[in-house]
Amino acid sequence: MRLTTYIRFVFFAGIILSSVLQSCKDDYAEVEKTFQNSNPQPLKSISTSITMAYIPGGEYKPFYGYNTELVKVQPFLMDERAVTNREYLAFVKANPSWQKTAVKRIYADTAYLQHWPNDTTLPKDANPDAPICNVSWFAAKAYAQCVGKRLPTLDEWEFVAMADAVSANARNKPDYSDKIIDLYLQKNRQYQAVKQSAPNYWGIYNMFDLIWEWTDDFNSLLTTGDSRSGQYEDKNLFCAGSATTATDILNYAAFMRFALRTTLKADFSVANLGFRCAKDTVVQANNQHEKNFKNQ
Amino acid sequence: MKIKYLALGACLSIAFGIAGCKSNSEQGKSSATAAIDIVASGNPEVAELTGAPKVPAPVGNRGAKKLIVNLVTTEMEGIIADSIPYTFWTFNHTVPGSFIRLRVGDEVTLNLKNEASSVLPHNIDLHAVTGPGGGAAATSSAPGKETSFSFKAINPGLYVYHCAAPPVPMHIGNGMYGLILVEPEGGLPKVDREYYIMQGDFYTKASAIKKGLLEFDNEKAVAEKPDYVLFNGKKGALLGNNMIEAKVGETVRLFVGNGGPNLTSSFHVIGEIFDNVYLEGGSTISHNIQTTVVPAGGAAIVEFKCEVPGEYVLVDHALSRAFNKGAIGKLKVTGEANPKVFNAKTLSNH
Repeated sequence: MRLTTYIRFVFFAGIILSSVLQSCKDDYAEVEKTFQNSNPQPLKSISTSITMAYIPGGEYKPFYGYNTELVKVQPFLMDERAVTNREYLAFVKANPSWQKTAVKRIYADTAYLQHWPNDTTLPKDANPDAPICNVSWFAAKAYAQCVGKRLPTLDEWEFVAMADAVSANARNKPDYSDKIIDLYLQKNRQYQAVKQSAPNYWGIYNMFDLIWEWTDDFNSLLTTGDSRSGQYEDKNLFCAGSATTATDILNYAAFMRFALRTTLKADFSVANLGFRCAKDTVVQANNQHEKNFKNQ
Repeated sequence: MKIKYLALGACLSIAFGIAGCKSNSEQGKSSATAAIDIVASGNPEVAELTGAPKVPAPVGNRGAKKLIVNLVTTEMEGIIADSIPYTFWTFNHTVPGSFIRLRVGDEVTLNLKNEASSVLPHNIDLHAVTGPGGGAAATSSAPGKETSFSFKAINPGLYVYHCAAPPVPMHIGNGMYGLILVEPEGGLPKVDREYYIMQGDFYTKASAIKKGLLEFDNEKAVAEKPDYVLFNGKKGALLGNNMIEAKVGETVRLFVGNGGPNLTSSFHVIGEIFDNVYLEGGSTISHNIQTTVVPAGGAAIVEFKCEVPGEYVLVDHALSRAFNKGAIGKLKVTGEANPKVFNAKTLSNH
């Protein structure tokens, strides 16, 4: 069956990175060290106005691993939406070392901002309020630092992802995963503006309908000895291995997210991968929670 | 007394069982071990790949080579049946994916590029590969990225390849599978016609977002209740103008694979008897077979000589799949009638 007539070819200049997953862990530790020790220039802060939602945290059951223990998520603040094209443009204008022609290659592969015509101009057809994509993990981390925040951890992100519009944990609802998959299957969603769909229980927008998102420890599934993640090995994600260790065996949406994360390296820039920021909080849980809901 | 005999019998059968296992495994091992030492010569060449029902040229008596196999993973709309669109995921834009043809001892560099417009990561697990995950971990590719690994083909046979990115049933259910043939030294015996046929079961529901489009239905897949069971990814892919063809007197070889993800095929050609079946795509050849089992994630090679002209119907002989779900195709044999073998007499009615 020839299906070629149905393809919409969206060719981006491809880059070739031949690597095996097993090497990811070592590379990651090495490069992160480099990043912290020799971040080329001090970041110049930019100010953004973005509402953060208070997430009270709690215990949750991660999707993967032999360890069936619950993981504790501390209270934290999360951006209600993803970082946009407009905001990222302001960031690279203030921090030229993160512009596409200036960025150090170890921090971002050649796909970094490849859709931009030059260092400081958004693509002609880009919606400034659409999420920024084609940015590496290093770049996302630098951005977060520059706005006084950080990337959410994988556990924080997945904790928030359990919610639907009306409940904090919708994982046991029969159509929870299917609804997310319907969103995941749509191509080119990343070009739409943020906040056009309804927020979830926590007041967070677009967890599933626009982009994949970086998390601070996106590749923690490849590491061992982390008290939260248990002894994961990448083989558990392939073929039957994944089927025997996923705690929610029918949560195909979660499988898809985890599959994506395991293919990433910290310098990768991908056309439908962006990020949102998070922050620690010291605010009393109850007060802030109420305040948060009153504001809506 | 009885117990004694039973015990003796058990001991004997265990002893034979162990001896049998040992000799089998040693046999398999020695040929594969020998294949490891075959030298693949020359500069790497890009391998010929074909979409079903075509297959690349036979290896014949060529020596082992270095080959490059380029595959692209895509997510795209195509027609599943009766002008109904479905979101397929593919290797090289077709369901099944490109046919890969090697010989024992070939050294292959496999490049897997995931199209930039893909939403999801993809990879490839080739059952012809000896090594972790059949290459799955080494080829896991984010959208827009390319990965590569190399392997040496050391076991002859017809093998399935498929995407093994989680959730695997969904990737396979959307069409991410194909066949890879490893011919023995000297090649398979010459035949007149060769075709590539691959069965798959499809589980569909209406897209909640795009009207008229069908998408993978997880619930039906888990229940193993497909809406379609298809040859070559489309209802009618081997019917009408797309029938495969042969002439009277010719020998036909079908490379039959089954992607699944769930159903085992009872492959049968109505009105033909398979002269040879390479059972499960391996090295054991059985003769005079009516229906052969093609398991999900498995394959078989069937061969027969066409003696009588006419249209021969290819089915999964679990017949509800053929009658109701699309598992049907046709081979058209043209040429002189052969009344010695088959003669349809019309009796006059007085």
